[in-house]
Amino acid sequence: MTAVTNDAPAAPAAPAEKLLTEDEVVGRLRSGMTVGIGGWASRRKPMSLVRALLRSDIDDLHLVSYGGPDVGMLCAAGKVSRLTFAFVSLDSIPLEPHFRAARQSGAITCTEVDEGMLLLGLQAAAWRVPFLPTRVGLGSDLFRVNPDLRTVRSPYPGPDGGEGEELVAQPAIHLDAALCHLNVGDARGNAAFTGPDLYFDDLMLEAADQAFVSVERIVATEQLLGAAGDITRCRISRLFVDGVVEAPNGAHPTSCDPDYGRDEAFQSSYAKAGGDAWPAFRSDWLAFPDEAAYQAALAARPGDGGGASA
Amino acid sequence: MSDITRADICAVAVAECFRGDGERLANPIGTIPMIGGRLARASFAPDLMMTDGEAALIANDAAVPDPDERVFETWNPYRRMFDVVWSGRRHVMMGATQVDQYGNQNIAALGDDPQRPKVQLLGFRGAPGNTINDTTSYWVPSHGPKVFVEHVDLVAGIGYDRAAELGPVAARFHEVRRVVSNLGVFDFETADHRMRLRSVHPGVTVDEVRAATGFDLVVPDEVPESRLPTDDELRLLREVIDPDGTREREVPTPT
Repeated sequence: MTAVTNDAPAAPAAPAEKLLTEDEVVGRLRSGMTVGIGGWASRRKPMSLVRALLRSDIDDLHLVSYGGPDVGMLCAAGKVSRLTFAFVSLDSIPLEPHFRAARQSGAITCTEVDEGMLLLGLQAAAWRVPFLPTRVGLGSDLFRVNPDLRTVRSPYPGPDGGEGEELVAQPAIHLDAALCHLNVGDARGNAAFTGPDLYFDDLMLEAADQAFVSVERIVATEQLLGAAGDITRCRISRLFVDGVVEAPNGAHPTSCDPDYGRDEAFQSSYAKAGGDAWPAFRSDWLAFPDEAAYQAALAARPGDGGGASA
Repeated sequence: MSDITRADICAVAVAECFRGDGERLANPIGTIPMIGGRLARASFAPDLMMTDGEAALIANDAAVPDPDERVFETWNPYRRMFDVVWSGRRHVMMGATQVDQYGNQNIAALGDDPQRPKVQLLGFRGAPGNTINDTTSYWVPSHGPKVFVEHVDLVAGIGYDRAAELGPVAARFHEVRRVVSNLGVFDFETADHRMRLRSVHPGVTVDEVRAATGFDLVVPDEVPESRLPTDDELRLLREVIDPDGTREREVPTPT
């Protein structure tokens, strides 16, 4: 007698195909989406994906970011209608001029948060809870600028034995998509940071319906640990990643330690390209047909050491 | 000593903010704040921990050590920093575009309409979380009536009036300890926690401070002068912590 089961016959299954180009990632995004962007200020930003967004017809975006030139460029290009932020900075240039221009003209609506509230909002979304309690924000004008912000009374006694403490209920910040740039990864979506700080990239990816990672280099899974240097750096798991892009120098002009530092000269010219100077900067640097053309133009700059002779 | 500079005085005044903090993360942000924090640790507050300005806590006395010479104590990425802040183990010294008589601080934006600010500044950054969880001090390198204002346009870091409205339980970790400027040192050690002139830097008059302040300061009958660096502190500042004299560029000595 043979046992009968309902199991399907064993057949080899192919792993999910996740390797994408920048434009294929953007092809999965839509106008009006809430998009989280990883990195911090002008550090390890997924700029090749931002450049792909800039050459797309997507607009009306709600960005969530520890903001840097990602926010500034998308604001300058008129792609942003809403922004959730605690700061927008270029690090070596403390105030982001293009973001400031958009903000001061009233072109974008903002949800302002403390840096830590952004962490908690992403964590709440990742854990699928509606909010997380925190002391952060109590007494501040975040309640004035953000009338939807609510408090919650602890169901447990307070520290003095009296009624429970009133705390801020930081709402989940749910993302339709997240874009992050890491140092190294495999084709399946595992990735590692080899610089000093992961920032909040893991939370961005975990808080998103669709999570996309670009990496400096893709290696075979067997080589990932060696390329990362140590298991504690392998912080991005393919469980949370839907697409992978190989993007060498993809964080340019932001820093991607230890692979390269910030391109301060380029960032400075970007920062100065406000108002009437923006169309020229955009056509010089942000109108290439693809990322490869952008990287080729960078390498061809006079005096650039990263060209073919290097 | 006639060759003591205003910047030296400021560095010592910053260092004094951290006296008695014990084993805490002293996190002064800015050129003279970092120099003053390093001075405190190198002299009378040896248990303080301090950052390299990025993701590490380092043991070096130099304000900005050569990256290869950093002595690492622990990894302190941004995620870890929130653990430190929310557990009450930090004393931060932030800047302030505006600060008012109760110690409310604004680094977010200027103007009446928060959704369309006249001048967009940094944003709220971590100021709400810093001030509700930990001791906070402020550094103002250029003291004037547009910085020391009656009311800040936006409360990012909360002051004593906001803390009082929250009540003693919610605000139990709140402390704005000092404001150090290029003119003097200020605290809130008054009955209603209004800002008090604690000391004037040598060469500065009380009237000068009053004129540069946009609200009524509490001024005691006797206002002491900010203390001078000791010989050992001067040696540390000049030879170890800031041999390039970066502090002089942030606060030049008036001529």
